[in-house]
Amino acid sequence: MAQAAIELIGINKSFGAVRANRDINLEVARGTIHGIVGENGAGKSTLMSILYGFYQADSGEIHVGGKPVSINTSNDAIALGIGMVHQHFMLVDNFTVLENVILGAENDALLKSSIAKARSELERLEREYGLEVDPDAIIEELPVGLQQRVEILKALYRGAEILILDEPTGVLTPAEADHLFRILKQLKEQGKTVVLITHKLREIMAITDTVSVMRQGTMVATRATKETTVGELAELMVGRRVLLRVEKGQSEAGAIKLSVKNLTVKDSRGVTMVDDVSFDVRGGEIVGIAGVAGNGQSELLEAISGIRHAVSGEVMLEGRPVDLTGKADPGELRDRGLAHVPEDRHHVGLVLAFEENENSILGYHDDERYLKGPFLNVDAIMADAKDKIEKYDIRPGNPRLRTANFSGGNQQKIVLAREMEQDPGVLIVGQPTRGVDVGAIEFIHKRLIAMRDQGKAVLVVSVELDEIRSLSDRILVMFAGRIVGEHGPEATEGELGLLMAGVEHQEAAE
Amino acid sequence: MDSFVAIVQVLDSTIRLSVPLLLACLAGLYSERAGIFDIGLEGKMLVGAFAGAAAASVFHSAFIGLGMAILISVAFAMVHGFASITHRGNQIVSGVAINFVAAGSTIILGQAWFQQGGRTPALQPGERFEAIVWPGADAVRGVPILGPIYSELISGHSILVYFAFAMVPFTWWVLFRTRFGLRMRAVGENPAAVDTAGISVAWLRYRALICTGVLTGVAGAYLSMVQNGGFVKDMTAGKGYIALAALIFAKWKPVNAMFACLLFGFLDALSIRLQGTPLPIVGKVPVQFMQALPYVLTVILLAGFIGKAIPPRAGGVPYVKER
Ligand SMILES: Nc1ncnc2c1ncn2[C@@H]1O[C@H](COP(=O)(O)OP(=O)(O)O)[C@@H](O)[C@H]1O
Ligand SMILES: [Mg+2]
Repeated sequence: MAQAAIELIGINKSFGAVRANRDINLEVARGTIHGIVGENGAGKSTLMSILYGFYQADSGEIHVGGKPVSINTSNDAIALGIGMVHQHFMLVDNFTVLENVILGAENDALLKSSIAKARSELERLEREYGLEVDPDAIIEELPVGLQQRVEILKALYRGAEILILDEPTGVLTPAEADHLFRILKQLKEQGKTVVLITHKLREIMAITDTVSVMRQGTMVATRATKETTVGELAELMVGRRVLLRVEKGQSEAGAIKLSVKNLTVKDSRGVTMVDDVSFDVRGGEIVGIAGVAGNGQSELLEAISGIRHAVSGEVMLEGRPVDLTGKADPGELRDRGLAHVPEDRHHVGLVLAFEENENSILGYHDDERYLKGPFLNVDAIMADAKDKIEKYDIRPGNPRLRTANFSGGNQQKIVLAREMEQDPGVLIVGQPTRGVDVGAIEFIHKRLIAMRDQGKAVLVVSVELDEIRSLSDRILVMFAGRIVGEHGPEATEGELGLLMAGVEHQEAAE
Repeated sequence: MDSFVAIVQVLDSTIRLSVPLLLACLAGLYSERAGIFDIGLEGKMLVGAFAGAAAASVFHSAFIGLGMAILISVAFAMVHGFASITHRGNQIVSGVAINFVAAGSTIILGQAWFQQGGRTPALQPGERFEAIVWPGADAVRGVPILGPIYSELISGHSILVYFAFAMVPFTWWVLFRTRFGLRMRAVGENPAAVDTAGISVAWLRYRALICTGVLTGVAGAYLSMVQNGGFVKDMTAGKGYIALAALIFAKWKPVNAMFACLLFGFLDALSIRLQGTPLPIVGKVPVQFMQALPYVLTVILLAGFIGKAIPPRAGGVPYVKER
C-alpha cells in the first residue's frame, strides 16, 4: 500500500447530546481517490470538517504525510495542503469569482499583485483542468454547478495536495458530474489525494479506489472498491440488507377522492407554470408525478394544497371544491382529510427552532387530543411524540431535542409521521425522500404503500424516477407545466425519460 | 446678494452639523460591514465627548483630549466586541447597554470630578480645536460668489472637519481596495467563508470595531471640543441614531453616507435658520416640525424611494459553528 496521506486516529466529536463521530480511525493512501459513504447524519461531513480545521475534535490524533499535526483552524489545514469543497458552499455570494478565490490567500495588503497572480493562476487551472469560469462573474448570478467549480478552484489555488469533496454531485447534472469525475481522475494522476463523500453508491463504484463506510458516527468498514459490491456497501451503510424495490400488491382503486380539472397556475412574473392540467386520484392508489425539477410540479402541489393562487381550473377534495385563490385555510383542508408533506420541509414543514414534540403536532395543535381546556396538554403531546418516534424510528429518539439537531432524513420522518398519523383521506407528498438515506427511503416507501392499502388516495411528486417507478400505480409525466403522458408502473426508464425530456411532446406538437 | 450670503451661511452650518453624523455613520459602516450591528454609536460618541473635554481641560491640550476620546471610545467598542463576538451575545442588547452606561457614567464622573452639574469646565483657547483659516481667505472674502464659498465654506473649519471629510474617500479605499476591506466585507456577508479561507473571524471583527471606536471617539471630541466649549450631559442628543438611519439610507456605502449626512445636516441647519421666520404660503412652521424632518424623511425615503436597502447578510447574527 502506498504511503498514507492522511491518518485519523481515535477521533471523537459531540455536538451537545449528539455524538457525531465516535472513535474513528481512517487511513487514506496518497495518490488515491478514497470514497466515504454513509447515511445522512452518519457523521461524514463532521469528520472531514475536523480534518479541515473547521471543527475541533474532542479527542483523537491527525497525521498528515506520516507526521502528527495539530489542526486548530482551517489555516492550519490549508498550510498542510488540505483543501475542502463543502456540502454547503463557503462562498461570499455578492463577491466576484476572483475575490472569492483570493480571499484569505492574498499576500499583499493592497491586493494588486494578488489579483494579477490570481488571474494568471485561474487561466492556468482553466487550461489544465477545463475548469472554465468567468473570474469577474458575481457568485450569486452563477448556476450551482459553476459555484462548485469556484470552490474547487479555491482549493487548487491554495495548492491543495489533498482535496476533500463533500457530496459534490448532489447539485450537478449528469454531464457536469462526469466532467467533475474526469477532473478528479486527472488530479489523481498528478499524485494528488482525493476524498469523496457521497451517498450515491454508483459513483463510488465508478471512480474510487478505496471506500470507507460510516454508520451512526462510527467507521464500520473500509474496502478496496474492486472487492466490494453496491449491495454490500448498502448493507454496511444501514446495517441490514436493503430492498431496493419495495414489495407491493395490486392496487384496488376505489372512488375518486381528489380530482383536478383544467388547472392553470402562473408564477409572480406571469409565466405559466401549470398549464391546463387534469387528473384524478382514487382511494387505494398511488399516483406518481414524474418530471425534471422545475417543470411545474412544485406549483401544482402548492395549488392543490391551497397555498398558491391558481388562475383557472378546479380542484375537488372528496367531492367538494378547494378554494384556489391561494387563501385557503390549511386548517380547514386538514379537517376535510387532506394531508400535505411539502417539498421544502425546512421552510414550510417544520419550525427548526422548535422541539421535536412541538413539530410533531404542528398544525394539528387545535385538536381536542392535544388540548386541556385552552392550554396544550403537554403530557398527551409528549406521549404522542414518543409514539411516533417509535413507529417511524426517528433518531435520536428524544422528543425534547431541537428539530434543527436532527439529520435531514429524520426531519422528513417527523413531518411524515405527523401527516400520516392523522389518518387523512388524501395524502399529497412532495419529494418524499429528498436528502433521505437508503434505510429511511425503504421505510418511507413502505409507509406510503401501507397508506394506499388502507384505501387512501396518495399523490407523490418526485424527481427521482426510480422512486416514482417503484411506488406508483399510475405514472403521470410533467413537462413544461403539462401532463405529457400517462403510464402504468411497468413503464421503462427509457419511455419515461423521453417524455420527461419533452421529446414525444414536441413531436406531437409539430 | 443677501440671500446668497444666507445660503452660504446655511451651507456652512450644514457642514458643521453633519460632521458628527458623518463620523458616526462611517464608524457604524465599519462595524456593520463586518457583520456587527452597532446601536451603541450614540454611547461611544458620548463617552468620547466626555473623555475628550475632561482630558483637554485637565491637561490643557486639545490633542491629549482627542487621544483620550479615542482611547475611551475604543475601549467601549471592545466591550461591545467582547459581548457580541467572543461571547456571541445579542448585539442590540449589548449596544443598548453601552448607551445606558455611557449616559449614566458621564454624568456621575463629571459631577464627581468637576462639580459643575455634569458639565466639564469650559475649554480655554488651546484646549479646543480652533478653526484653520486658509491662506488668502480674508483677502478674497469680497470677491462675488467664489469669495464667500472659499472663505466660509472651505476655509475656517477645525482640523476634525477636514478629517471627517477625508475619511470618506479613505473609507471607500479601505473597503474596496485593500485586503482588510475585502476580508471585512466578506465577514459581514458570510463569516463561514472567511473562516474556511483560514482567516480568524473574531480578530477580523475586533479590528473593524477598533475602527468604529476611533471614529466615534473623534465624533465625540468634535462635539465637546469644537462645536461646544466643553461637555454637556447627553450632548449627543440622538445623533448616533440618526447616523444609523443615514447608514441604512446610504446602503452601507461611504460616499452615499456623506451625502446622507449632509442632507440631514442641511435639514438641521435649515430648521435652525428658519426658527421663527415665516415661510411663504405655509406661514410660520413650528420648530418641532423642522426638527422631526430628518426622521420623517428617513422613514419616507426608506419606505420606497431609495429602493431596497440590503444590509450585510450576516449582520446581527453571532457566528456560531456548533448549534
Ligand atoms: N454544527 C453542528 N451543530 C450541531 N450538530 C451538528 C452540527 N453538524 C452536524 N451535527 C449533527 O451531527 C450529526 C452528523 O452530521 P453530519 O456530519 O453532517 O452527517 P453527514 O454529513 O454524514 O450527513 C447529525 O446528527 C447532525 O445533526
Ligand atoms: Mg454531510
